[in-house]
Amino acid sequence: MLRHVAAFTAALLLASSLQAADRIKVGLLSTLSGAGAGLGVDIRDGFNLAVKQLNGQLGGLPAEVIIADDQQSPDVARQMADKFLKKDKVDFMTGIVFSNIMLAVGPTVFENQTFYISANAGPSQYAGEQCNPYFFNVAWQNDNLHEAVGKYVQDKGFRKLVIVTPNYPGGKDAVAGFRRYYKGMVAEEIYTRLGQLDYAAELAQVRAIKPDALFFFLPGGMGINFVKQFVATGLSRDTQLFAPGFSADEDVIKAVGPAMMGMFNSSHWAHDMDNPENRRFVADFQKEYGRLPSLYASQGYDAARLMDAAVRDVQGKVEDKAALRKALEAKRFKSVRGEFRFNSNHYPIQNYYLRVIGKDASGRVTNKSMGTIFTNHSDAYVGQCRMK
Amino acid sequence: MTQLILEQALNGLQFGLMLFLLAAGLTLVFGIMDCINLAHGSLYMVGAYFVAAAAQAADSFWIGLAVGVAGAALLGLLLELSLFRRLYRRDHLAQVLATFALILIANETVRMIWGAQPVMLNAPDALAGPLEIAGFSYPAYRLVIIAFGLAVAGLLYLLVARSRVGMWVRAGAANREMTEALGIDVQRLFTAVFVFGAALCALAGGLLGPLLAVQVGMGESVLILAFVVIIIGGIGSVRGALVGSLIVGTADTLGRALLPTLLRATLPADTASMLGPALASILIYLLMAAILFFRPQGLFPARA
Repeated sequence: MLRHVAAFTAALLLASSLQAADRIKVGLLSTLSGAGAGLGVDIRDGFNLAVKQLNGQLGGLPAEVIIADDQQSPDVARQMADKFLKKDKVDFMTGIVFSNIMLAVGPTVFENQTFYISANAGPSQYAGEQCNPYFFNVAWQNDNLHEAVGKYVQDKGFRKLVIVTPNYPGGKDAVAGFRRYYKGMVAEEIYTRLGQLDYAAELAQVRAIKPDALFFFLPGGMGINFVKQFVATGLSRDTQLFAPGFSADEDVIKAVGPAMMGMFNSSHWAHDMDNPENRRFVADFQKEYGRLPSLYASQGYDAARLMDAAVRDVQGKVEDKAALRKALEAKRFKSVRGEFRFNSNHYPIQNYYLRVIGKDASGRVTNKSMGTIFTNHSDAYVGQCRMK
Repeated sequence: MTQLILEQALNGLQFGLMLFLLAAGLTLVFGIMDCINLAHGSLYMVGAYFVAAAAQAADSFWIGLAVGVAGAALLGLLLELSLFRRLYRRDHLAQVLATFALILIANETVRMIWGAQPVMLNAPDALAGPLEIAGFSYPAYRLVIIAFGLAVAGLLYLLVARSRVGMWVRAGAANREMTEALGIDVQRLFTAVFVFGAALCALAGGLLGPLLAVQVGMGESVLILAFVVIIIGGIGSVRGALVGSLIVGTADTLGRALLPTLLRATLPADTASMLGPALASILIYLLMAAILFFRPQGLFPARA
């Protein structure tokens, strides 16, 4: 009996200490091992850099960032999310890279009324019919970067095209987005296994088709292998490669090297964007980690800064979910990409830019900004969203 | 069209020959020593890491490949002397448990040393492009892999079918007691075969490194296929391993290249491309099941 009373008192004490919100707990669940690890590592490093610049605080309260690896497996991700929500009782979650994992984890997070700030995965489901007050995407809707490439490829007059993408929700969003703006002929849509590393069979098919352009969306290690093998087949002489920024950012460039030069790609951010926030971010990131940040890193960085601004707005009272939601929607921070605001489905309305890979002034192979493809662009699913 | 068929045939050949490098070692260890080695895939992974590390240190892919293969052979020797020697006389369950433990140990050790992210291993610059012969072009590096695979197959044929050591190996696979009774030091023979198998694993891992990714867990998926290969080919038979590897390699490539195109006539693209590889692997397992049913000893049984 006495033991029960003691346990009960302890539980009460614990509960009351949680309500005081003396610190902000963030559960960062990301892909930190395997071929997709480069993306997760950049999100994590970007997030950590922002927290470090804020002196280890979010919104004026000490921040505790708990990091877990989902191993690119929806099952592992679900277990880790359960631990974050039930054991650690985190105030925010973030970090998931792949949309299939996001869709697997989302329902538990929303049911638990915990805010999820997506620093990458932007599935169409959560932008449209399944939009949720607890889901915010600080990066883009999956289709957006592909729409931008589609528009550019269309405008440039390419008319015979092959699309290569993994067979998972993000890949289908990519095809939908690209074809929303590209109206020419698609000779073949090739779907590969998510995580596939050998593309010999697919490249032989491409050679047989002889397209004048090839659009591929293969994030992380998949893209690295694809571009290397594409170059090895000698197809690059007849076929122009196009990709969203995911498959043409620092992680891929570093691995593939000068063979990437001249490749056009789209992004909502670039490391050479000229605004004070971005200059500071790029300089500090390089100082901290000794490499250029990728778009993933910029997204992780912005996710932390969105949390920071929102927590400051509600003066640390993160239990007041309605107030916190308003504060997140208001987005009172300056993003490294320049201006953007949240649409009614909690996805960004923002500009999308064209980048090309080339040598910069110091002879380093990297992305250069080339101009704007879309101005204040939102996504195609917002009309289906009835936000509660 | 000829380009496409020839290219896909070469792709199947390349994949099949790499499977053969793995299956050859596995079938000998399984066939001669009657030892199930689940950690064979781990030797492939560790070998690839050795090659990648050595190539980075020496700044040369070929030196890295040689050093890495030698390193894996040495590791194989140590494993055989310390662990496998004690496992031969145990039952299969003990072997499965011990070698499964080895998989876990190998994966965690590699993660501790090299980290969870894949390690970069690049093919030599000279081989980064295609090779063109009379209008037909094919990646030069893949041709090199095919050449290596054929060379190893030829070497193994000479070794197993034409040399005295090979005769002992075949005798050991056919009847172990009788071989021992004839005064052959089976203990040393086993060690030699095991070390050779480990070296072939590392060769496959090192050669495939630039095409795939050198990462933790790369051995497990390929191990399953290697087991399928030796079941189809007949346990203990190198010839069977070669034929089995080529069957599996070709089926896999065809499944990815041909079936989706055929299925597209009736199905949407994403379903067709999901179904193609699935059907191809079902085909491989169906073939395995049929062989187990009609010819349980495999296509080329080592034991008469």
